[in-house]
Order: sequence, then structure tokens, then C-alpha cells
Amino acid sequence: MKTETRIWLVIFVLAAACLAWDVGDRGASRAYVREVDGRVAPATVADYVAGTAQFSLSRTIGIWVAALLTLGIFSFLYRDNPFYKLTESILVGVSAAYWMVVAYWDVLIPNLFGKIWPGWIQSWAMPGLSPQRDEYWFVYLVPLALGIMLLWRLSPRGSWIGLWPLAFSIGATAGLRLVAYFQADFLGQIRSGIMPLAFFKDSTLDVERSIENIVLVTGTICCLAYFFFSFEHKGTIGRASQIGVWVLMITFGAGFGYTVMGRIALLAIRLEFLFDDWLWLIDPSQRRLGM
Amino acid sequence: MRFNLDNIDRRWIFLMMLITVAGPILWQLAFPEIPTPYARAVFDAIESLKPGDKVLVAFDYDPASEAELGPMATDFVHHCCEKKVKMYFISLWPVGPVMVQDAIRNIIEADYPQMVYGQDYVNLGYKSGYEGVIKVIVTDLRTLYPTDTRGNNIDQIPMCRDVKNIQSMKLIVDISAGYAGAKEWTQYAAVPYADKMKLVSGSTGVQSPQLFPYLPDQMVGLLGGIKGAAEYEKLVNDKYSGPTPSPKYQEAIRRMGPQLFAHLLMIGLIIVGNVLYFTQRRRKGRSR
Repeated sequence: MKTETRIWLVIFVLAAACLAWDVGDRGASRAYVREVDGRVAPATVADYVAGTAQFSLSRTIGIWVAALLTLGIFSFLYRDNPFYKLTESILVGVSAAYWMVVAYWDVLIPNLFGKIWPGWIQSWAMPGLSPQRDEYWFVYLVPLALGIMLLWRLSPRGSWIGLWPLAFSIGATAGLRLVAYFQADFLGQIRSGIMPLAFFKDSTLDVERSIENIVLVTGTICCLAYFFFSFEHKGTIGRASQIGVWVLMITFGAGFGYTVMGRIALLAIRLEFLFDDWLWLIDPSQRRLGM
Repeated sequence: MRFNLDNIDRRWIFLMMLITVAGPILWQLAFPEIPTPYARAVFDAIESLKPGDKVLVAFDYDPASEAELGPMATDFVHHCCEKKVKMYFISLWPVGPVMVQDAIRNIIEADYPQMVYGQDYVNLGYKSGYEGVIKVIVTDLRTLYPTDTRGNNIDQIPMCRDVKNIQSMKLIVDISAGYAGAKEWTQYAAVPYADKMKLVSGSTGVQSPQLFPYLPDQMVGLLGGIKGAAEYEKLVNDKYSGPTPSPKYQEAIRRMGPQLFAHLLMIGLIIVGNVLYFTQRRRKGRSR
């Protein structure tokens, strides 16, 4: 047996022993539920001690599965391994199935079949749906036809039929986005960039706001100068583009900082879950007061 | 694993980060927050609403972004409940309705039991189509949403009866993890209907830099990542939660403890990396 394997074996045995003590002695990782208005809702240990809640085996298994899958993903940080691969595959499979089910029940049923055959859909799927057809219900035959044509791609013959709905989709999306970007990101940003360099508030110069505006306008012009390739970057344009590079670097740095913050938040919540729900080492939500 | 600063195994850095983040969580360290103008703008926008005003609350995120956006969602709903506005929950993300259901159960049903489903709040659920959904509901909500997530006909939900489209909303609150989210709400709702709708947003740290250019003309306020959430949380708690807020209304502030130490470690590593780089370069220069 390799030294590394031996070390990991010892770590695993120690961790398992600590876990067994934690679960057996302190009752860690257990979940409790109570009934509220005929529905099952999560409960605290205090509710259980007071006799208003009961132990939930299914939710306890859920906590264990979530904890082990979290550790499975974390294990990739050490090296790629079968446990990580299994966890990744479960995530991909569950996500795909979830998307399919949600798209079927939230979109296809109410917004396509429910528009074309409302009475039939109401009878077995959506009792709240009106059985009356809309005035222009036949319009929905177009997306139905396009959907069937798209599925034709799976057929060994005539897969070119699937190109038609794709072309429609690409064209519609391009047109939709062109207008939105032109309005919000092009014209809107030009308008927002037009601002007074000397900002007066109640007839008094607001120095802080004025500096803000000067930095913003100068930064914008210098960044644009950097992307201006019709002239050689020499003289004034060269100096402006150099400042533009600095502004861009600061922007990328800010973006990186925000990304780091987001990733740390993700790590923090997983550790909080492991320490709180699974191991009961902390109790930030005060669900186990008095224990 | 060899411990050599010149060629350190990255797993040592992972371990350092794990310890740095785990420490403040185990000792539950939290630090005071000073709200920035962006967070204050979000707070003021909701604060200016009157009881009974209609607010569209879009939960455009999934559990992968719960760490940053969960506390924001809690604070937005908490604030809206205190202002007694009518909340219309929707989502452009498939898992969004589950997040909405969580917020309804943990905040509205737990702390505001007097609020009635269908009269004070409604969960309209998810529709696929990304920005296409926004483009449709700005002029016609009822075609795309014939029922809510419980299967109730939209005509039988009291608070939906007089709503033809989302132009009747006083404010759009979007909690956004990416596409489709705050950018699309700005492009397809807030900008084309600027005279009718205002938009405030809470977004992930990754997405925030691309949203800042929309402030303040196209978007009224923005909460950037967990830091923005913590600032907004402080403003809401100071006004509505009394001297000892419930732990569930302090999630964002609590999660800033690990942030501080992890950032200090990152800064330290960047400095050490640069020192090593310049030292090696000088050594190579001398040896030539």
C-alpha cells in the first residue's frame, strides 16, 4: 500500500469515527417535520422536543445525500476520481430531467396544447384552465408545426426540415436583440454619457460629483480611443488610448474581484451547510436552541 | 506534495482557502456594514412605494446562486411585506418557482400569516423563452400566464383581475444570476417603457460589472453580489427588524465574515506571487 493511500485511509477512518460519534451521541444531521395547514413543513429540534414535530427519515437521507455529493464535488480539488465523476453525472442527469419535466408542464401543456385543445387539457391536466378557445387560437398551430419540424432532425431522412424552424428562431432572436441593444446599450449609453463636467447643486459646485463625471467621461473617451483603428495610435490619440488601456485593466480587475467574491460566497454556503445541517457544529439560524 | 514557494502545489492554496473560509463560519464572525449609494437607491425605491402598489418580483436564479442571491431574495420579500405591497412572483429560470416557494414559506407564511395568497401575493411561475417572455408580458400578461403555479385560473385570482400587462407594476424587482435576468429586464422592459416602469436589481458578483453602466438612468439601483446584499440587509433591518433581527434576516451580513478573511488571503497570495516573480526575474538577470 502506498504511503499516500495509508494517510488517506487514516484520515477517512478518523473522520468516520468522529461522524459516528456526532450522529450517535448528539443526533446530528437529523431532520424533523411538522404539519401546517395539512402540508408537511420543516421543523426544528425544539419543535421535536416540544412534541409538535416528528423525525423525518426521507429528509435525513436527503441531508446525507447532499453532504456526500458536496464532498464528492470538493474531492476534485485534490484530483479527478470516480466519486467526483459519479457526482457530476448525477448533477447532469437530474438537471436535464428537471428541465424536461418543467418545460412540459409549465410551457407545452398550458401555452401550446392548452391553447389548441383547452377543454381536453382542462379535463386531465389543468382544472384551472378555461375550456374556451381564444379568438385567434389557430395561431398556435404555427409553433406546433415548427416544433414538429424541429424534431425531424432526429429522423435519418429529411433532417433538412429541421433547418426551417432553426432559421426562423435565429432570425427572430437576431431582430429582437438588435432593437434592444440599439435602444438600451447604444443610444441609452450615449445619452447617459452626456453629463455636466462641473456639477452644481443649489448653485454650489459639487466637487465630488464633478470629479466623478470628469473621470467617467474621460474614461469613456479614452477607452473608445483605444478601439479607434482608423488612425495610428500616436500623439494625442496614442496617449488617450494608453489611458484607455489602464481604464480597461482597472475594469477587468474590478470584474475579477467581483468574481472572487461570488466564488467565495459559494464555498461559504456549502461549508455552512456541512457544519450546520449535517454536522451540527454551528447553529446560525438558532434552530437547536437549548440543546 | 512538495512545499516549495517557487513551485507550490496548488492544493496547498485550496487548503489555505478552506481553512480561511471555514474559520469565520465556525466562529460566526460578522462585521459592521456601511451602505453605499447603490444599495441605498434600491432601498429608497422600495421605500417610496405605497401600501397596495403592485410589484413584480422576478426570481431569475437557481440553487447554484443561492449563496449570493438567497439573502437578497429574503431581504427583498421582507421589505415588500413590511411595505404591504402586492407581490407578483415570476421566473425566467426553471428552478426559480422553487426558490419563490421557499421565500413564501420562510418569510410570508412564517412571519406575515395575515397576508393572503391571491390577494397580497401570487406565484405565477416559470415560462421558457428568456427575453421573449418579457417582450410578451410588457403588453400581454394573461396570454402567457393563463394560470398560476397552483393551477388557479388567472381570472379567478383577485389581485390579477385588473392586470393586463406588467406596465401596471410600480416597480420591477429582479434577482438575477445571469441570462435571462437583469440585463434583459433592462433592455426589454425598463428602457422601452421608461416612463411607466422602474427597475431595481440584485445580481451575482460575476454579473454585476456588466450591469453598472445601466445605473442610474436605466436601472434605479443595483445590489452587487453578497456585499450589496449585506448593505441592503442592514438598511432593511435598521428600519424594520428592531434591535435583535431574526437570524434569517442576517444571512448576508453573516456571510461577509468569510469574505473578509478570504479576500485578505487572496491579496496576500497576489503580493507573494508578485514578490516571487520579481525576485526570480532579478536572479535570472544577474546570472546572465
